[in-house]
Amino acid sequence: MHFVQMKTKIALCPNNHDVHIYKKEGNGWTKTQVLKEHNGQVTGIDWAPESNRIVTCGTDRNAYVWTLKGDVWKPTLVILRINRAARCVKWSPKENKFAVGSGSRLISVCYFEQENDWWVCKHIKKPIRSTILCLDWHPNNILLAAGSCDFKCRIFSAYIKEVEEKPAPTPWGSKMPFGEVMFESTGTAGWVHGVCFSESGNRVAWASHDSTVAVAEGGKTAVITSLSSETLPLLCVTFITENSLVAAGHDCYPALFVYDGEKGTLTFGGKLDVPKQSAQKGLTARERFQNLDKKATSDTKEAVLESLHKNSISQISILQGGKAKCAKFCTTGMDGGMAIWDVKTLESAMKDLKIV
Amino acid sequence: MSKNTVSDRFRKVDVDEYDENKFVDEEDGGENQLGPDEAEVDSLIRQGNLMGALQAVLKNPPINTKNQNVKDRAEGLVLKVLSSFKASDIEKGVQSLDKNGVDLLMKYIYKGFERPSENSSAILLQWHEKALSAGGVGCIVRVLTARKTV
Repeated sequence: MHFVQMKTKIALCPNNHDVHIYKKEGNGWTKTQVLKEHNGQVTGIDWAPESNRIVTCGTDRNAYVWTLKGDVWKPTLVILRINRAARCVKWSPKENKFAVGSGSRLISVCYFEQENDWWVCKHIKKPIRSTILCLDWHPNNILLAAGSCDFKCRIFSAYIKEVEEKPAPTPWGSKMPFGEVMFESTGTAGWVHGVCFSESGNRVAWASHDSTVAVAEGGKTAVITSLSSETLPLLCVTFITENSLVAAGHDCYPALFVYDGEKGTLTFGGKLDVPKQSAQKGLTARERFQNLDKKATSDTKEAVLESLHKNSISQISILQGGKAKCAKFCTTGMDGGMAIWDVKTLESAMKDLKIV
Repeated sequence: MSKNTVSDRFRKVDVDEYDENKFVDEEDGGENQLGPDEAEVDSLIRQGNLMGALQAVLKNPPINTKNQNVKDRAEGLVLKVLSSFKASDIEKGVQSLDKNGVDLLMKYIYKGFERPSENSSAILLQWHEKALSAGGVGCIVRVLTARKTV
């Protein structure tokens, strides 16, 4: 389930060809529109807050930009020129471009061409060798971080001279022609499921399938710090301050990680989902026998997940406060559930939790 | 029906070899990796210094080499060390390893499971239990996702 949240509206895809738009009414959400245009499962949605446009991409190898005309969302087809499914899409910070990652082992960077009144795309191909799973834009609207199934997290330049000025130098480099690789990760294995720039853009974090999370700091030579975790692989990661990350994945709970740039360390900061302990019920003899019969054990522990999410968490989105001082973030998972987490409440609820 | 007389050798062709987009891992130059020092490890076992033997046998893992003999010898040596531990000392052995050591130990354990000998699986299972409590499931995930292993 993919979803994007604006202040009072949500766009999500319940794993089919459609996008549902919900509006907040009181304490609940009501479905207001259904966007039907894709011929395949919608794999990515992104909502641009300033220009109020939604971009969607799907397994039908297409992307659509939706604009609101009155009460109706009208789609515009974008030809991505890919021959495999699109996997993820993100608007750039200035909302004049968006990038689509696909199974065609390339990234389509799309921008609007005024003269012909249509969206055109440029491809970033080298040196990508497998599906792009996740994307995140640098605040300068030029650099793009991409996590791929070829076990690498890379930062590319997505500079489009038709729509923007030459960028100023950043810690990741000063020459940024389109498609240039500014950074390529080393030291972690496994598919890169989630990638995220910090608010300043000077740091990038990624989560890999080998149960590691890593942070790279831009500089003459980028410094990479990684942490091998004891948990199942993480699927999504986001900065909530310049030094703190929240990540979640197959263990169904969000966790805090703290990066110390000076010491060059990345440490586990704590689980953010501490389930309330339910009272231990005694088992009757009948229940014991049933357990023995069904599960070959008369153990009293039920095989029930105590976390809020009952299945892997696939996405974390910042709701309030931005990536520098996040106040609220939201998690959505494969259980179809959406949970909103309040950072202040978490800090006070968990004694040793320190968000720096 | 009459027998097919045309050659069917084409059915045994590995089509993946001809895929121009075939993913090839980076070469990491493993020619010089020789695995743990057999002499050193043997002498430490004979002296009864099992902790030292454990540290020694986890040095120089033949991860990048393509030489199967080196890998087999290393695995055999590790198995020898693991078997010489008393069951009650296994936990201490695992505690003496750092994070990377536990990951490497888990790799050797799973490699050992692949080719069981008389008592090896039982011993490996005891080590597996202790390594799991030290490294968590993440440790096992890293064994599964490693492209180059022992």
